[in-house]
Amino acid sequence: MGRIEWAMWANEQALAAGLILLAGGIVGVAGQFRGWEFASYAIAAGVFVCLLEYPRSKRAKGTSVERTGQYCFTVCVKAFGPVTRNYYVRAFLHAALCVPGGFMLATVLGCVCLGIASLIYLAAAVRGEHWEPILPRKDTRKPVAESIKSPPQNPPPRPPPEIRRKQAKDVEGAAYDNPMSVTDDE
Amino acid sequence: MANWIINNGFPAVMVLVWMTINTFLFVWYYLQYDRDDDFYYTRHLLGSALAWARAPAAVLNFNCMLILLPVCRNLLSLIRGSFVCCSRTMRKQLDKNLSFHKLVAYMIALMTAVHTVAHLLNLEWLNNSKLGVYGKLSTALSNLEDEGNETFLNPLQHIEADPQQKPIKFAFTSIAGLTGVVITLSLILIITSSMEVIRRSYFEVFWYIHHLFIVFFVGLVFHGYGRIVRSQFNTDDHNATFCKDRPDDWGKIPECPIPQFKGGEPMTWKWVIGPMIIYVCERVLRFIRYMQAVQYRKIVIHPSKVLELQLRKKGFKMEVGQYVFLNCPSISQLEWHPFTMTSAPEEDFFSVHIRSAGDWTDQLIDTMQKLPEGAQGPKMGVDGPFGTASEDVFDYEVSMLVGAGIGVTPFASIMKSIWYKFKECDPKLRTRKIYFYWLCRETNAFEWFADLLQVLEKEMEERNLGDFLTYKLFLTGWDQGHTDQVIVHFDEDTDVVTGLKQKTHYGRPNWDKEFDQVRKENPASVVGTFLCGPAALAKVLQKKCAKYSDVDPRKTKFYFNKENF
Repeated sequence: MGRIEWAMWANEQALAAGLILLAGGIVGVAGQFRGWEFASYAIAAGVFVCLLEYPRSKRAKGTSVERTGQYCFTVCVKAFGPVTRNYYVRAFLHAALCVPGGFMLATVLGCVCLGIASLIYLAAAVRGEHWEPILPRKDTRKPVAESIKSPPQNPPPRPPPEIRRKQAKDVEGAAYDNPMSVTDDE
Repeated sequence: MANWIINNGFPAVMVLVWMTINTFLFVWYYLQYDRDDDFYYTRHLLGSALAWARAPAAVLNFNCMLILLPVCRNLLSLIRGSFVCCSRTMRKQLDKNLSFHKLVAYMIALMTAVHTVAHLLNLEWLNNSKLGVYGKLSTALSNLEDEGNETFLNPLQHIEADPQQKPIKFAFTSIAGLTGVVITLSLILIITSSMEVIRRSYFEVFWYIHHLFIVFFVGLVFHGYGRIVRSQFNTDDHNATFCKDRPDDWGKIPECPIPQFKGGEPMTWKWVIGPMIIYVCERVLRFIRYMQAVQYRKIVIHPSKVLELQLRKKGFKMEVGQYVFLNCPSISQLEWHPFTMTSAPEEDFFSVHIRSAGDWTDQLIDTMQKLPEGAQGPKMGVDGPFGTASEDVFDYEVSMLVGAGIGVTPFASIMKSIWYKFKECDPKLRTRKIYFYWLCRETNAFEWFADLLQVLEKEMEERNLGDFLTYKLFLTGWDQGHTDQVIVHFDEDTDVVTGLKQKTHYGRPNWDKEFDQVRKENPASVVGTFLCGPAALAKVLQKKCAKYSDVDPRKTKFYFNKENF
């Protein structure tokens, strides 16, 4: 498994964990379960994790596939700079976020999933990966060469006048017809 | 439309039948748990959440049974081979096995979600009943314990924990709870590692994590062993409608003896034991095939790091367009990777061309490069051949073959086979003329194919059959560098890119022009068009076939074959 970027899988797992945490939280609150306060926390934490994990990172090698409509999320996540860029921070953040979910059955699955995602992020961080935003490519056109802009200053080279006059007697022998008269005493 | 029915009709019917069975199971078990008298008291504690948990459980049993079957490729090959009637149509549909596997997986995920939510509600309400939060009847029912002449209904018995933690403690200490958490977690990990992004880029992660299905099935079989879904079995003696208002009198009046409960027997093993055995047989068969000796006839490293392996295996019979799975234990014990075969069935060996496309292929190419001349390669396991044979190609007088990018690979096999059949005047071959269109962004990694075309070109010229094959190469990713080269080598006989007599075209083909040319050169013929490439191109070709076909038997007719090689 040499070339794997663990962060790609950690991202999928964390996004799934966020959704599961959110779902568990909704069930806990809607059913007015004992400990529903933890469930309402889980809703907030789930939404936060989903927003954080939705934008995929740019891959170090290979083409990155964006999620639909992730550009605005990318911009938001990018705005936090090194905090969101670093995977150690994410690993510890997810580990901390998942703990309160363990106090209630409805949210315990989300807690475990987020914990696993945190471990995978730790592995990614240890391997030196980091989050890169996927930004739209700016097409840089090659700058037009200087020589095109200015028209030629000199007329095209022509044979010396003596040879030209000789050819004027022998019209059929002349190689070409000039569209305009060419003499060097204009 | 007709093309759609022929190609997709059978899978559509299969999916419809599958959905019907799912719906039937769901509704049947929902009604059973929602209406049966045996569950009257259980329903009193749990409400409709009982039925909402049991109905998806039935659907889950059915789908967990199905999910192992589409991945038993050897079994499918066996079935495919034994179809006598409608063989070709049936054989094509059995190739859609992976799509079906994914569909069943989605259903399992959905039903797991419903089942889990329903059980969350169940546990909460059971907990509340035990604590006496609900009315008298609930408390009385929950107080029944498994001692003396009583049997329990509420499974949350004697849990030492504070009220909020009781459901969690129960979940992690009961068989059903623990197995439930473990298998749901396995399922989630399997699903996140099977997402397209992970699967395409890091196949190893996908493959290894997917083996958690073993944990999933073991847990699934033991999930019901706690027998915690209880039903009343003495309904003849104890009528709930009458006795429900008199919980204090239970056991004291003759009409209402104490209600007795027993747990539902574990059913899942009955559903999944068959497919589990079949799957074990499949893995054993793959192992046996892997142990069979495979000799290397030739190992060639082509430019652009393409490895060609010519192999021989006893008893191996292939047809055009099929693929094999290769396993190289010195690289990875568990991984099997598919490769389309590029040799023709007429040859006494089979070959594959392997491009560098990931960890496994890179290591394989590396190992082969380090081998001394003439040495045998590392031990290789071969499973197969699989896939539908593309025999239709031989049925048309004129064939238009379109290969895009890597899609050119099955055509290597097809064209070689056509050439062998032509040389031996095989009566099965009706093809008199082939037009081959090769589209790719760059010729890297396909120079071996250009070599094949060169060989065919030469042989055809020798027999004065230059007209048999007309091929056109379209380079869709050209740049300034290409143009410069072409300008310099304009006058030469052979093409600068491929070395072939036919010049390379740049950009995408103008299909109108191509179809027109084919039509002009082949009046009153039936032309079969075959594509191995992207779906967008399939749509274009289908339209052109319809546009240039004529009902008049004196004019040309085009048939588009949407084969999935």
